[in-house]
Amino acid sequence: MRPWSAILIPVVAGLAALLLSAIPLAFAGAPILPAYAQMVAGVFGSVFTATETLTRATPLIFTGLAAAIAFRARFWNIGGEGQLYLGALAAVWVGTGMIDGPPILMIPLVLAAGAVAGAVGLLGPALLKTRFGADEVVTSLLLNFIILIFVQMMLEGPFKDPMGLGWPQSEPILDSAALPALVDRMRLHAGFLIGIAAAFVAHAVLAYTVWGFRARAVGDNATAARHAGIGVRRTILGVAIASGACAGLAGVSEVAGLKGYLTSDLSPGFGYAGIVVAMLAGLSPIGVIAASLFVASVFVGADSMSRAMGVSSFLADLIVSMSLICMLVGGFFARFRLRLRAAPAP
Amino acid sequence: MTSLAPGPPVGPGTPAMPGPILAMRGMTKRFGPLLAADSIDLDLNQGEVLALLGENGAGKTTLMNMLFGEYTPDAGEVRIRDPSGNEEVLPPGQPQAAIAARIGMVHQHFTLAENLTVLDNILLGTEPPFSSRRSRRRARARLHRLMEASGLNASLDVRIRELSVGERQRIEILKALYREARILVLDEPTAVLTPQEADSLFGAVRELVREGLSVIFISHKLREVLAFSDRIMVLRHGRRMGEMPTSEADVGKIVRMMVGEEHAGVDRSPGEPSAPALVLEKVSVPSSRAQRALFEVSLTIHEAEILGIAGVAGNGQSTLAQIISGLLQPGEGSISIGGKNVRRLTPARALREGIGRIPEDRYQDGIVADMSVAENIVIERLDSPEIQRRGILRRAAIATHAEFLIDAHDIRCPGPHARTALLSGGNIQKLILARVLEAQPGIILANQPTRGLDVRAAGEVSRRLIAARDRGAGVLLISEDLDEVLALSDRILVMQGGRIAETKSRDRAVIGAMMTGGSVG
Repeated sequence: MRPWSAILIPVVAGLAALLLSAIPLAFAGAPILPAYAQMVAGVFGSVFTATETLTRATPLIFTGLAAAIAFRARFWNIGGEGQLYLGALAAVWVGTGMIDGPPILMIPLVLAAGAVAGAVGLLGPALLKTRFGADEVVTSLLLNFIILIFVQMMLEGPFKDPMGLGWPQSEPILDSAALPALVDRMRLHAGFLIGIAAAFVAHAVLAYTVWGFRARAVGDNATAARHAGIGVRRTILGVAIASGACAGLAGVSEVAGLKGYLTSDLSPGFGYAGIVVAMLAGLSPIGVIAASLFVASVFVGADSMSRAMGVSSFLADLIVSMSLICMLVGGFFARFRLRLRAAPAP
Repeated sequence: MTSLAPGPPVGPGTPAMPGPILAMRGMTKRFGPLLAADSIDLDLNQGEVLALLGENGAGKTTLMNMLFGEYTPDAGEVRIRDPSGNEEVLPPGQPQAAIAARIGMVHQHFTLAENLTVLDNILLGTEPPFSSRRSRRRARARLHRLMEASGLNASLDVRIRELSVGERQRIEILKALYREARILVLDEPTAVLTPQEADSLFGAVRELVREGLSVIFISHKLREVLAFSDRIMVLRHGRRMGEMPTSEADVGKIVRMMVGEEHAGVDRSPGEPSAPALVLEKVSVPSSRAQRALFEVSLTIHEAEILGIAGVAGNGQSTLAQIISGLLQPGEGSISIGGKNVRRLTPARALREGIGRIPEDRYQDGIVADMSVAENIVIERLDSPEIQRRGILRRAAIATHAEFLIDAHDIRCPGPHARTALLSGGNIQKLILARVLEAQPGIILANQPTRGLDVRAAGEVSRRLIAARDRGAGVLLISEDLDEVLALSDRILVMQGGRIAETKSRDRAVIGAMMTGGSVG
């Protein structure tokens, strides 16, 4: 693939997706151009909408990184959703009164707790793969449902807020552990900056460290990596820990930055959307930032469009899915040239 | 046979004359700045074996790919004379047309589906995908007759993935024969066969040639070319350098034409073996899907010697190489390196103990194709302080180091940061060799180190292995090319059926007999 195509393909794919999505939009009875205009206004129209978009992008950056890091090493972590909830659970565990201190201590503590919990959540599938060759797609995916039920159990039991009027929700995060807001009176919080920093760290680690070298080698050709003396299992375990930690941070960021307490509907599928983000980003950590912003824009914009135009907000899912398909098709065209010709006469 | 004379033979516009069965005229193909084929003419007469010679990159494969419709030529045309004497021009760039004209090709890189059986692979593309039981029975019977006639034996119900490289080659040839090729292109068919097998293959093909088959034969083995072909054509840098009847050719003449200079044969003074460097004692491995069994294999590689292992593919050499590479732990037996017993040999341990490994499958085991040339050069020594400091790669030092080795080993590539996948097979082998030799290993495992390389590149590899030996390294050379084993080895072992035996003989016939199970016991 030529270098320019790394930029051109996502852009063209995004535009093609909007073009194709106009068809169902027309069927839904909305005028297409005003609908899209409303969508753009819903994203960039005001400080509020812009910060909302960035807020929406924040968990996607973390889960996108989780998928991108794992996929680079050909470790298919489909369990970002579950790791996100584990991270959130750990954040409310340490962040709701177990200990207290100044923010300078408490914030790193909840972040670390969430990262560790997310990493532990992926360690099981990783060990099952390296020890027994169990397919991590299956194990990490199914673990999502187990973890979600576990979280629900905790929210009905030990983590239930006695002041919560009987709702299954955790106690609120202490003020000292909450991620500060970035813009006055807006929901955008420091988790966004942490996400951006995490993406740059992930990029630097993959490109400039021995650890990243090993991860890339294992991903590109595990047989040759093993032949060259690289511990393939150890590398995969390390990658799984890093990937799970990123997904765990997504949970911390949502709980400690946005919601303030944990419920079992914390994530509308950020873990799965992270996979889409990573694929749109071509598995590049820096690209994950851009892809998260794109996906978040579509979601926020489609929300606004559906309110204004009276069409279903499911159109957002449609546009994102369409973009992914266009992106994959674009990648295909960048690699192969299609030749049409008649079959030769017999 | 007027076309035996050099120069432009039968010109266009003479369809009535019984000319060559295949005439390629002015074949030209350009890849970017590279002129891969420069107006090449080729004639093939009915019932003739034409040997096509040239270094890697001389244009042989490009020419054949144009014949086969896999490349569309920039200029030139391919004419085929059908059995009734009519000449037709093959439409360019259409493999189906070449197949319809019954041109068969046995590729250098196999085109077999690993998860299908031998029979399915042979039928693939010739029979409808859901062929009836009766037609399969017919096919089976025909194949048995073919195998009997050609001496290429194979069991039809084994999956390809369980076959060695050598066995796969035989299936490829069988596949072309099954398709009733009139013109057969053999691209290095004997690279993985024993001399006996090669002879029997040539015998079989000769028989088919007598019945009217025409063969284009590509090989780097001059001995075979001289024995087997009727006519020799030499390409260099995409140009036809000339041709001659085989009866008038000799090695010196051919090599001069190929490389433009007298090929200096490998100069090998006997080594002076000293202390044992690597000792395997009664190493056994049970057979499994992934590997052939080994039975109580014992061998000793001394410092400053080249120990050659001759044998046909699939007799346990790969398993032995995996053990020495550290990829496979033997079930029984012991390994000692430099006098001390090594309980568990892993790839990392092998590297620490100074074992340099040149893998058989350079694409699968040797390189990470999507990583850069520089990264592949340093991949085996990531722990070295020259490569990293506190876990951070020293990128500038790595690039400088890579540039130095690219220079020293004449690795043709756009630069240290180029993707390794862009390199040709020969240059990938140079990269691996550079990486291995650069670590100054005490022991070198060279598994098929010159497979698929041209005369000049193979000679370079051989010279470097000998230089490493003279420096004191113990070299274990595993090769299916008996000529190479004979030329390089200080001692020779023969592997057959997972067992190993030493031979003092340097007689091709004696070793060949051992390779086929004649007298190993």
